[in-house]
Amino acid sequence: MGYPYKPHASETLVLSTHFGDPEARTLKGWKDRGGYRALETALGMDPAAIIGVIKESGLRGRGGAGFPTGLKWSFMKPDDGKPHYLCCNADESEPGTFKDREIMRWTPHALIEGCAIGAYAIGAETCYIYIRGEFTEPLQRMEDALAEARAAGIVGRNAMGTGKTINVWVHKGAGAYICGEETALMNSIEGKRGNPRIKPPFPAVAGVFGMPTTINNVETLTAVPHILNQGGAWYKNFARSDNPKSTGTKLWSVCGNIARPGNYEMVMGFPFGEFLRDICGGALPGRELRAIIPGGSSVPIINMEEADRALMDYEGMAAVGTMLGSAGCIVIDNAQSIPRQVARLARFYAHESCAQCTQCREGTAWTTKILERIVAGNGTAEDLDTLLDVADDMTGKTICVLSDSCAVPVVSALQRFRGDFEALITKKTVHTVPVVVS
Amino acid sequence: MSHGPSASAGAIIRSGHHDDAPYEPVFVGEAKVRLDELVKRYPRKVGALLPALWMVQEARGWVSEAGMAEVAAQLDVTPAYVKGVVTFYTMYNQHPVGKYLIQVCTTTPCHVCGAEDVVRAFLDQTGCGELGVTSEDGRYTVIEVECLGACGFATPVMVNSDFLESVSADRVADVLGRYR
Ligand SMILES: Cc1cc2nc3c(=O)[nH]c(=O)nc-3n(C[C@H](O)[C@H](O)[C@H](O)COP(=O)(O)O)c2cc1C
Ligand code: FES
Repeated sequence: MGYPYKPHASETLVLSTHFGDPEARTLKGWKDRGGYRALETALGMDPAAIIGVIKESGLRGRGGAGFPTGLKWSFMKPDDGKPHYLCCNADESEPGTFKDREIMRWTPHALIEGCAIGAYAIGAETCYIYIRGEFTEPLQRMEDALAEARAAGIVGRNAMGTGKTINVWVHKGAGAYICGEETALMNSIEGKRGNPRIKPPFPAVAGVFGMPTTINNVETLTAVPHILNQGGAWYKNFARSDNPKSTGTKLWSVCGNIARPGNYEMVMGFPFGEFLRDICGGALPGRELRAIIPGGSSVPIINMEEADRALMDYEGMAAVGTMLGSAGCIVIDNAQSIPRQVARLARFYAHESCAQCTQCREGTAWTTKILERIVAGNGTAEDLDTLLDVADDMTGKTICVLSDSCAVPVVSALQRFRGDFEALITKKTVHTVPVVVS
Repeated sequence: MSHGPSASAGAIIRSGHHDDAPYEPVFVGEAKVRLDELVKRYPRKVGALLPALWMVQEARGWVSEAGMAEVAAQLDVTPAYVKGVVTFYTMYNQHPVGKYLIQVCTTTPCHVCGAEDVVRAFLDQTGCGELGVTSEDGRYTVIEVECLGACGFATPVMVNSDFLESVSADRVADVLGRYR
């Protein structure tokens, strides 16, 4: 929904039903709205049965990779005699994405409930919610809600009076995009530099503090109580009739040059063109939409012809050569210089590289340098090929995919908007961009 | 991490404001009790490193070498280890900053909405002139920050721990009026 939190008739509100409603933040308000019923049900179930319901729902990870959640949970071996951990990924730093922030600001108890159910299902007594340090308000909302939930005995030593221990703690990050990558996140919880780890071992085998661990995104875990309340079949129904692989509702963060920015909760498979033009209000007055990065800054940039025929699910986005990712949709209009915006994106990755891998450390820095010189009017004819060459060296060769994520927007922009780059090089003009008044 | 030829966002430039007063320990009394509670949340003491550093920064405004040494002693690690961690994360200030640290998001989603004009307005109206430099009166430090996770509210700005949404260049004077 756009602001101030007015849902559009074509949205399907599940997770965002109570966005904008301050009363839903309190424990009493949350219980009045049906909160913690799912946790009560869950604690009376066999963990394997919970995993079964999540598998049936078709829920896939909302943090970017889209891995099936039930399957991920089933990797945690019960009765292996080791402490298990759940980590909730609330690092939300993928440019374009701002949905987890809204979930935590408006419905903190929904996330706590999802975390508690997830922890129980995977046999964990401890869940860490890793929240980026800049999120001062979400941090406070989560701490307040957790204090209430602990005082009421919902989480803690004797969760809901069942004798089971489910501790949920907030771990505050300190400024590092890379800590959203799951193994870097675990290092950061362990009090280390946030460098990603080589996999295998996978987290389900050796995760945080060396113990079996599951990492899930905020939105993923928040969907869990709804699925338990209403059933896997109910959730699975939110899908295109011809594509059972993407199910449920998805929060789309829409930002950039768009009439009504906001978080829109859409059924999987909704037509993307209609979404952008009607629901989000289309271009700003006097402008035209030109390019879309639909899934957070790490996915390929597409043109409007592609956007207009895309469908809003994992497969629908892949069909037009991009990805659903985290569904952080960045809209770029005809008043922007695409090379300049891609250069800024490259600078983001250069700044955020943890610098462990040579291809990433050097690649992100040189990509930025070359793009910035093209934008400044000092590009040469070879620069575009050099960029592609560097991008190739950055793809599939590093410990994590931050390096690939920098190459993706560059390569895709060169595929679709090469003329913009060539014009800067041949005309040697410094691109000036009309000022956007926000 | 900051490295490479054009990765300058977020850097705070050493400003002559180092205080040479003797170091007062942070972890005494209630703060020590609080730290002991935090330590219990992790199976290893060092898990509480990030929270302990936050406590130092909240108490002192930045994390000095003496602060790192105090944290190290509390958590049974070396000061060098702590420094290695501090230098990884952008939010721990390794130098004193102005009374108000102003962080303006300029990553692409905000950039396309005019974030550069917001930065310019802050630099001009605070008297800082340049990114990372503290104003003469010690009041303001302005830095660029990467995506604040609030892209639909371009341009988000942090003033210390206050998170402001939808700041445009023409609202900057108004914002600064609230932080004198
Ligand atoms: C560089 C990088 C940054 C990431 N940032 C985030 C993030 O901020 N939030 C998130 O949930 N997942 C992020 N991820 C994905 C996580 O590694 C992981 O796949 C996800 O948290 C798993 O949860 P899910 O299965 O519920 O999606 C990132 C991945 C990479 C490579
Ligand atoms: S790009 Fe500015 S908040 Fe995301």
